[in-house]
Amino acid sequence: MKRSYVIKKVLQALLTIAAILIFNYFLFRIMPGDPLQSVMRNPKATPEAVERLKALYGLNDPWYLQFWIYIKHLFQGDLGMSFLYKKPVYEVIGTRLLPTILMVGLAEVLAIISGIIMGIMAAVRRGKSVDVASLSFSLITYAMPTFWLGIILVSIFSVSLHLLPTTGLLTPGQTYSSTFAMLADGIRHLILPTLTMSLVLIGEYALLMRNTLIDVLTEDYITTAYAKGFKEDYVIKKHAVPNATLPMITIIAMNLGLVIGGAIQVETIFSWPGIGRLMYDALTARDYPLLQGIFLMITVCVIIANLLADLTYGYLDPRVKQ
Amino acid sequence: MSDIRSEIRNRKLVQFLKSLKSSKMGMIGAVILVFFLLLAVFGPIIYPYDPQVFGSGGEVMNPPSSEHPLGTDDMGRDVLGSLISGARVSLLIGVLATLISMVVGTVLGILAGYYDNKLGALIMRFTDFFLVIPWLPLMLVLAAILGTSVWNIILVIGLTGWAGTTRVVRAQTLSIKERPFIERAVAIGSDGKHIMVKHILPNVFPLVFANTILVSAVAILSETTLSFLGMGDPTRPSWGMMLHYAFESGAASIGAYWFFIPPGLAVVLVVLSFTFLGYAFDEILNPKLKGR
Repeated sequence: MKRSYVIKKVLQALLTIAAILIFNYFLFRIMPGDPLQSVMRNPKATPEAVERLKALYGLNDPWYLQFWIYIKHLFQGDLGMSFLYKKPVYEVIGTRLLPTILMVGLAEVLAIISGIIMGIMAAVRRGKSVDVASLSFSLITYAMPTFWLGIILVSIFSVSLHLLPTTGLLTPGQTYSSTFAMLADGIRHLILPTLTMSLVLIGEYALLMRNTLIDVLTEDYITTAYAKGFKEDYVIKKHAVPNATLPMITIIAMNLGLVIGGAIQVETIFSWPGIGRLMYDALTARDYPLLQGIFLMITVCVIIANLLADLTYGYLDPRVKQ
Repeated sequence: MSDIRSEIRNRKLVQFLKSLKSSKMGMIGAVILVFFLLLAVFGPIIYPYDPQVFGSGGEVMNPPSSEHPLGTDDMGRDVLGSLISGARVSLLIGVLATLISMVVGTVLGILAGYYDNKLGALIMRFTDFFLVIPWLPLMLVLAAILGTSVWNIILVIGLTGWAGTTRVVRAQTLSIKERPFIERAVAIGSDGKHIMVKHILPNVFPLVFANTILVSAVAILSETTLSFLGMGDPTRPSWGMMLHYAFESGAASIGAYWFFIPPGLAVVLVVLSFTFLGYAFDEILNPKLKGR
C-alpha cells in the first residue's frame, strides 16, 4: 500500500470530521429561539438575569467567537450538560457505550458468519431452492422495519411462548444467588435484541456474499483451477471464497451507519440501556445538548470506520491504487 | 421530427410494458403497488373515518369483530379506518420525499458530471459528506430541530436521501458527455444549460427512473421509522404513527396483534412491491443480469 494513499485517506477523514463539527454546530443553532430558552424555562427570570446568563454563556459574542469556544470545549471533552439527566453529556454517553457495543458486536459476528454461509450456499446452488429461499429471506427482512421485526419477535417469544424477557438488561428487582445466575439472566435478556439486529443484517450480507461469489466464479483463475483438476469444493473453499470475502470487509465497515440506525430501533423496543435508547430518550425529551453529543459521537465513529475500511482494503488488495 | 420522436418514445414505452408483463416479479410488484395506491386515493371515500374521533371506554383495544373488521386501538379508534387513512399519509410522504430526492440528486449529478472541474469536485465532496453521515440519526436530529409536521418529515427524508442518485447520475453524465452528439451540439453553439436540459437529461432519465424505485422504498421505510420514534405528525397519523401508538400502549405485551400487525404488514408489502419492481427494471435495463 502506498504511503500517499494512506495520507490521502486520513486527510479526507479529518476534513470530513471538521465539516461534521461545523455542521453539528450550526445545525443546533438553526433551532427557533436561542439556546437559553431551553436552558431557562423559568417564566420569573428577570431580563437582567437573562442578560447575565447570556454573557456567561457567551451568547452576546460574535458567532465565530462562539464557534471557537464550542470547539475548544469539545477538545476538552466538554459536550455541555444534559437537561434530562442533569449531568455532563460525556458522562451520560459513557455509561451507555458498553451495552450497545456488546449487543451490536454480538449481532454483527452472528450475522457475518451466518450471512457468509448462506451466501455461499446460495451462490453454489444458484437458481435452486436454497438460492430462492435465501433471496426471499433477504428481500423480506429488508422490507421489514427493524423495530417491527422486534415487536413481532417479542409477541412470539415473550408474550405467547413466555420463553424470554421483553425489556432491559436484567430482570428488575431480582436478587441473584451467584454471579453465574446474574450472567444467565443477562444472556436471556440479550437474546431477542441481538437476534432482531442480526436477522436484518444476515439477509444483507448473504445477498452481498452471493453476488460477489457469483462474480468471482466467472473469473479466469477459477477456470484455471478447474482445468488443473481440482474438485469443486476445493476451488470454492480455497480460491473463490477468500476473494469474495474481500469486498465484504469494506461493506461491513461502511455499514456501521445503518447498523447504528438499527440499534436505535432495537434498543428502543427492548429498553436496552445503550446509546440507541439514549438517543430515543433524548429525542422524546428534546434534550438538545445530549442529542448533539450523541449525534457527534455516532458520526465520528462512522467516519473512522469508513477510514479503517478504506485502509484495510488498500492493504488487503494491492490492486487498489487510488 | 417531433412526431417521430414521440412515436419512438411510445414504441419504447410499449416495449417496456411488455417486458414488465413478462416478468413475474415485476407484475406482482405492480399489482401490490396499484392496490395500495387505489386504497390511498379512494379508500377514505368508501370507508369514511376520522382519526380525531375517539371511541368510548368499552371500545378500547377490542379484537376484530363484524363492526370493526380489524379491531380497535388504544383510543377506541377503528384500526381498518386508521390503516386506510394512514395509507394516504404514508404514500404521500413517500412520493413527495422521493420527488425531492430525485430532483436534487439529478440536478446535482448532471452539474457535477457536466462541469468536471472545481464545481464538480465541490459537489462530489458535498455528496460524499452526505453519504457518510448515518442517515437515521441525521433524520432524527433534523426532525427534532425542525419540529414534527408532515411537511417537515417530507423535507427531512427528501433532503437526506439524494446522495446515492447524484453519484450514479454523475457517472452516467460523464460517459454521455463524451459521445459525438454532444460534441455536435457544442459545435453548433449550444450552451451548457441547453445541452444539460435537452441532451443529457433525457439520456440519464431511465437511470433516474430505476433509482426512483429504490429511493421510494427507502423513503417509505424512513417515514415509518421516524414516525415510530415519535417524529411523526399526530394530526395526520401514518402507518408509522399507528405503530408508535401500538408500541406506546403496549399492544405487543397484551397480545393485541390486530393493532400492530396490519400497519407493519402494509409497510412490508409496499416496500416489497418497490423491490420487486426494481428487480424487474434491472432485468429489462440490463439484460445481462437475466438468470442471475
